[in-house]
Amino acid sequence: MNADLTRRDFFSALGCGVVILCAAESADAQESGRRSRNDARPQSISAWLHIGDDGTVTACTGKAEVGQNIRTSLAQAVAEELRVPLASIKLLMADTDLTPYDMGTFGSRTTPTMAPEIRKAAAAAREALVDIAASKWTVDRKTVRVADGKVSAAGHFAGFGELMRGQQLVQIIDPQVALTPAADWKIAGQSVPKVDGRDFVTGKHQYTHDLKRPRMLYGKVLRPPAFEAKLVSFDDAAAKQMPGVTTVRQGDFVAVAAPDSESAQRAVEALKAEWKTETQPSEGELFAYFKANARPGEDRQSGGSIDQGMAQAHQKLSQSYTVAYIAHVPLETRVAVAEWSRENKLTVWTGTQRPFGVRADLATEFGIHEENVRVIVSDTGSAYGGKHTSEYAIEAARLAKAAGQPVKVSWTRQEEFTWAYLRPAGVIEIASGVRQDGVITAWDFHNYNSGPSGMQITYDIPNRRIVFHPSKSPLRQGSYRGLAATANHFARETHIDELAHALNIDPLEFRLKNLKDERQRAVLVAAANRFGWGKQKAAAGHGYGISMGFEKGGYVATCAEVSVEGGRPKIVRVVEAFECGAVVNPDHLSNQIEGAIVMAIGGALFEQVHFENGKILNPMLSRYRVPRFGDVPVIETVLVDRKDLPSAGAGETPIVGLAPAVGNAMFQATGIRQRSLPFSS
Amino acid sequence: MPSITELDVNGITQRVNASSERSLLSVLRDDLDLTGTKYGCGEGQCGACTVLLDGEPVRSCITPVSKAAGKRITTIEGLEQEGSLDPLQEAFLEVGAFQCGYCTPGMIMSGTSLLRRNPKPTAAEIAHAMQGNICRCGTYPRIVAAVRMAAQRRPS
Repeated sequence: MNADLTRRDFFSALGCGVVILCAAESADAQESGRRSRNDARPQSISAWLHIGDDGTVTACTGKAEVGQNIRTSLAQAVAEELRVPLASIKLLMADTDLTPYDMGTFGSRTTPTMAPEIRKAAAAAREALVDIAASKWTVDRKTVRVADGKVSAAGHFAGFGELMRGQQLVQIIDPQVALTPAADWKIAGQSVPKVDGRDFVTGKHQYTHDLKRPRMLYGKVLRPPAFEAKLVSFDDAAAKQMPGVTTVRQGDFVAVAAPDSESAQRAVEALKAEWKTETQPSEGELFAYFKANARPGEDRQSGGSIDQGMAQAHQKLSQSYTVAYIAHVPLETRVAVAEWSRENKLTVWTGTQRPFGVRADLATEFGIHEENVRVIVSDTGSAYGGKHTSEYAIEAARLAKAAGQPVKVSWTRQEEFTWAYLRPAGVIEIASGVRQDGVITAWDFHNYNSGPSGMQITYDIPNRRIVFHPSKSPLRQGSYRGLAATANHFARETHIDELAHALNIDPLEFRLKNLKDERQRAVLVAAANRFGWGKQKAAAGHGYGISMGFEKGGYVATCAEVSVEGGRPKIVRVVEAFECGAVVNPDHLSNQIEGAIVMAIGGALFEQVHFENGKILNPMLSRYRVPRFGDVPVIETVLVDRKDLPSAGAGETPIVGLAPAVGNAMFQATGIRQRSLPFSS
Repeated sequence: MPSITELDVNGITQRVNASSERSLLSVLRDDLDLTGTKYGCGEGQCGACTVLLDGEPVRSCITPVSKAAGKRITTIEGLEQEGSLDPLQEAFLEVGAFQCGYCTPGMIMSGTSLLRRNPKPTAAEIAHAMQGNICRCGTYPRIVAAVRMAAQRRPS
């Protein structure tokens, strides 16, 4: 981390004023307190905040903005605690030289972990302002008030900048500093618009794709014909003849850089390469492959005895569910611009969720210290869990080093589909037992390959075994919005629906019968009430479905109405209730829920990566369908705002409810059970 | 190979030197630094690169620059007039019709062209007309609402 960034760096980067450092770990509490420090910062700092002598408030975080609108929600947190208008907050994000170390922007962690830290820094800054004012005006600090960006006491009045003039103060704060309770929020908790929205509607916002450096070249990588291919022979003579072209070969990595993107394309086409490929598993054998290559499972949340539970059951059900590989398809493809200085320092601008991870990977790749690598992330054209890795940054940096000039590598859509990683496919097997009165007595749940997220149940089932079995994946796989929670919720909530139908009990009533968790019950009832569950029968060819779940601190329940014509489903209406503690920005929360529902439609109905023997067969948008305007149903969101509970993240969990709700609705409409995602497969 | 030397972009005559088969998108972005128009797929499937040629929407990623020569090219940068946003841009802001914002310029250009053809579109007409534009963040309902809001505010 930036332990080398000293107090002097702060003030040279940000100007005079006060810097408030927020210690992330309890070990730092021992050295916290109101005192200035002249030397290096402690090793674990999660956020910091600077108030300049012009009154500007700059809050710094290593998190990245990828469309989830945390630039806005974090600014709201700062404005709330500092008692200043939102517009006076500047958020500096995801720049490894200027912001604190952060593991990465994933797992819906910004709101539950980063927001409280940055909020503490702001609260401490407010108290520091009070101290400065009390000492300057020689008044009792109890009489000093901070409101609307001004500090006042009897007969005194000053803006932040005026108080800061000439100050160079660094404070490490007490992690226990008191925060404003959600019930008293005035700026947080409000639907303020995206803070820099105007730059997005005018095209001014500069994504990494839009960046141009002086003398910048355009890079292009020669991609092998199949995964795992080895380069046998290589000839770059023709490409090297082209004006301004640099070629690089490093092991199986072959690439070119050229003065413009068309020349780069021509140069890469002029490379002669022979590859050796190996036979690899294809789509048709995928699910058997997962089972055959499964490793010993990791037990999650098991208890009681499956044998005993099954012995108590009047009915038993065993079913298998599958999910396909799907792609993130961020509209801004992976891109990096790399530039080496004369001193051998590397700067990389890139769209990533892990700026510090990319920095570490670059340092390792080139054998240089992390202090000599700077990664800068512009607010990025979405990620959805897809931008965790460093390969495009490394590609650009290798080319830039060879060419001695800055190089941009922007992946094409086809590269994106082929060389990025995918949401894991998987098989889920469930065996369950249920009494005639509707009480579930046994729950034996096994996920092969797709992942453990969201396997845990909120149902009250004493005899349960819940196991994730890692396996080998023929395709490269990685994180995706909600991880495996979508797959696990799909399997579980479909299976629950099957049990309810087997017992002829209403699916809502069946869930409630097996559910004690009050928060889960509350969202389930909220969604059902808004939907009008049980109020009327579905029209001919239509069906209603319901699902619920819990993941990453958020409770979700989804109801769907679907019509099926000629076997083709059309989602008519979706109601989703969501509870993630105290709501930080109601409109942006609704936006995330709506967006997650729309994205989930793709994975539920038609998204699927097809592959054969190490090749992706549909690596383009004309052959990989994503949701479009015409696929969107009426969407209603119900926000269950719990001001008494800490805020949890909301970018992921709202995606998990749609597929099972729609599949269950399709069953009601047609009598045909959907056990494979996507339903068109 | 023949080259294009002049383009009329947002009412300004721009000098370029681009071989005629290059994509309009690449010339706008790389040569003229008009980066509001985005690359999304390179196959005319996502609409992120939408610009107007004599008022008609085209996918600039699959349009050779030669097709744009002699026509009025309008990009997202050309909508703001003397510091005032176009009503559709205003509506996008007011509705919050984006998340990451990468599709937004293309959405606004497609919406602008729709409103010129059909000043009072229904929600179904908007969805139909904009079917070729992808918002992966899934803000479609908000985009429809923004287009309708802009339509209602236009003097009829």
